[in-house]
Amino acid sequence: MSELINSSLRELSAALAAKKVSAVELAALFLDRIERLNPGLNAFIALDRDKTLAQAQAADETRRVGAGAPAISPLCGIPLAHKDIFCTRGWRTSCGSKMLENFVAPYDAHVVEKLAGAGMVMLGKLNMDEFAMGSSNESSYFGPVKNPWDISCVPGGSSGGSAAAIAARLTPAATGTDTGGSIRQPAALCGLTGLKPTYGAVSRYGMIAFASSLDQAGPMAKSAEDCALLLNAMAGFDARDSTSLERPAEDYTRDLDQPAALQGLRIGLPREFFGAGMDEDVRAAVEAALAEYRKLGATTVEVQLPNSGLSVPAYYVIAPAEASSNLSRFDGVRYGYRAPDYADLAEMYSRSRAQGFGAEVKRRILIGTYVLSHGYYDAYYLQAQKIRRLIAADFKAAFQQCDVIMGPTSPSVAFAFGAKSADPVQMYLSDIYTISTNLAGLPGMSLPCGFGRNNMPVGLQIIGNLFDEARMLNVAHKYQQVTDWHTRMPEGLK
Amino acid sequence: MSLNLEDVSRIALLSRIELSAAERASTRDQLNDILGFIEQLQAVDTAGIEPMAHAVDVVQRLRADVVTETDRRADFQAVAPETEAGLYLVPRVVE
Repeated sequence: MSELINSSLRELSAALAAKKVSAVELAALFLDRIERLNPGLNAFIALDRDKTLAQAQAADETRRVGAGAPAISPLCGIPLAHKDIFCTRGWRTSCGSKMLENFVAPYDAHVVEKLAGAGMVMLGKLNMDEFAMGSSNESSYFGPVKNPWDISCVPGGSSGGSAAAIAARLTPAATGTDTGGSIRQPAALCGLTGLKPTYGAVSRYGMIAFASSLDQAGPMAKSAEDCALLLNAMAGFDARDSTSLERPAEDYTRDLDQPAALQGLRIGLPREFFGAGMDEDVRAAVEAALAEYRKLGATTVEVQLPNSGLSVPAYYVIAPAEASSNLSRFDGVRYGYRAPDYADLAEMYSRSRAQGFGAEVKRRILIGTYVLSHGYYDAYYLQAQKIRRLIAADFKAAFQQCDVIMGPTSPSVAFAFGAKSADPVQMYLSDIYTISTNLAGLPGMSLPCGFGRNNMPVGLQIIGNLFDEARMLNVAHKYQQVTDWHTRMPEGLK
Repeated sequence: MSLNLEDVSRIALLSRIELSAAERASTRDQLNDILGFIEQLQAVDTAGIEPMAHAVDVVQRLRADVVTETDRRADFQAVAPETEAGLYLVPRVVE
């Protein structure tokens, strides 16, 4: 039974279908591991054993009643956990913030609804950087998440709880969100596979907003195949999200079983992603992965993304601007924290927000407010939006020469707690290779490609053209069939 | 250009975030660091470039003007800091 913690979703699905294990047994297996190992990792911040087991029981019932029916999702009965940015009805949804410490969501996010509809069993809610603002999980009100590979190191962020929970095999899969790299960077730092889909592919309904033109939800799991199965259940049009794309449903697993599909694949290597700034251990692992891809029949071509150096500064205008607007809803009136003492309404607002938000969130609201304020809007916000177009145009040109783009996900392996937390700009630069993808709306993923300094995982990033997730997942899957990095788990957490 | 304490107070007021005197000084330094970092955008020639607000160019969908929501006031107010008789309570604003 305990070997199931390392199983793929397809294996779990087969075991459930063959009645070798029940959904209740599977949920209990992971809940017991969470109870034993989570206190040392702080990945889960909300658990409710009874609710989880009730969902598992319902999944067993669905499989029993509908045995063999094609309507049963392959995911039925498989456990997963949600990043605490997704509203989950009847469960506390904190977004990692004191502001929402006591907020029990009155409705489910679209993603939560879809995965529950497929019969997936929710194990609990996962820790994250406050309001998804951070790259190390150190900004959570509920304390930092530890990296299971080395608990003195950060797991990355903002989906750090999702990444740590999967790496420690506390859950087979999790949801994440990615505004500037928040799925890919923690996936890289914890040795996982994670995908940020094309903007608009997955509904943002019920996902607490940070920067609405960049936020996108996606799957995190051990392998590309797992991510493809999860994305099948997560993606799809939703009228409640005004930027949800109306496209026919896709089967993201459709290419996985095709043999030799990498013959003739053109991999673009942006010169700007392989220059100074990347640690040598990361470079060595990424170069080795590229050599593996050439063996699989792919060719590599140098491409240029000349404006990619501007992506981090442009992002730190656009994302805080949108955040300052989105987070204005937290006023201590309709939901969330209200300060205990105030003289009047204005003071109630400003004290509730001063006490309810953490330092990084306040910093971004202040920056965002400034760049949108009278007299500065053109110079900062509009200029950043123009540069955003230049960055998107670079990708468009690059994809004339290649099918996918590859490079490092993060310039370094997981760093120690406190290493960057005193210097916001240094922290922002952790996302130097991931942010341009969000600005352009393109899909991006990270998959494990080896180990670097102190035996910490290294992530390979794959960036695809719009709507090219199925191809990217297949490109990652073929690599995972000839390597075993994605099957490794941290020592000492058996 | 860099922000002074007065600028920081004005931005904090616009943001409705209370800052103590000590916080104002450290906030000024941190915001100036970040603004120094994003200053490099000013040097880029963007003449004739259309601003890009969204990743995918789609038009705003419209829906029929009909009631689709059910009344869940009690659920939604259950998470409010203070309510009375179906109303949200705030300090008096009109004397």
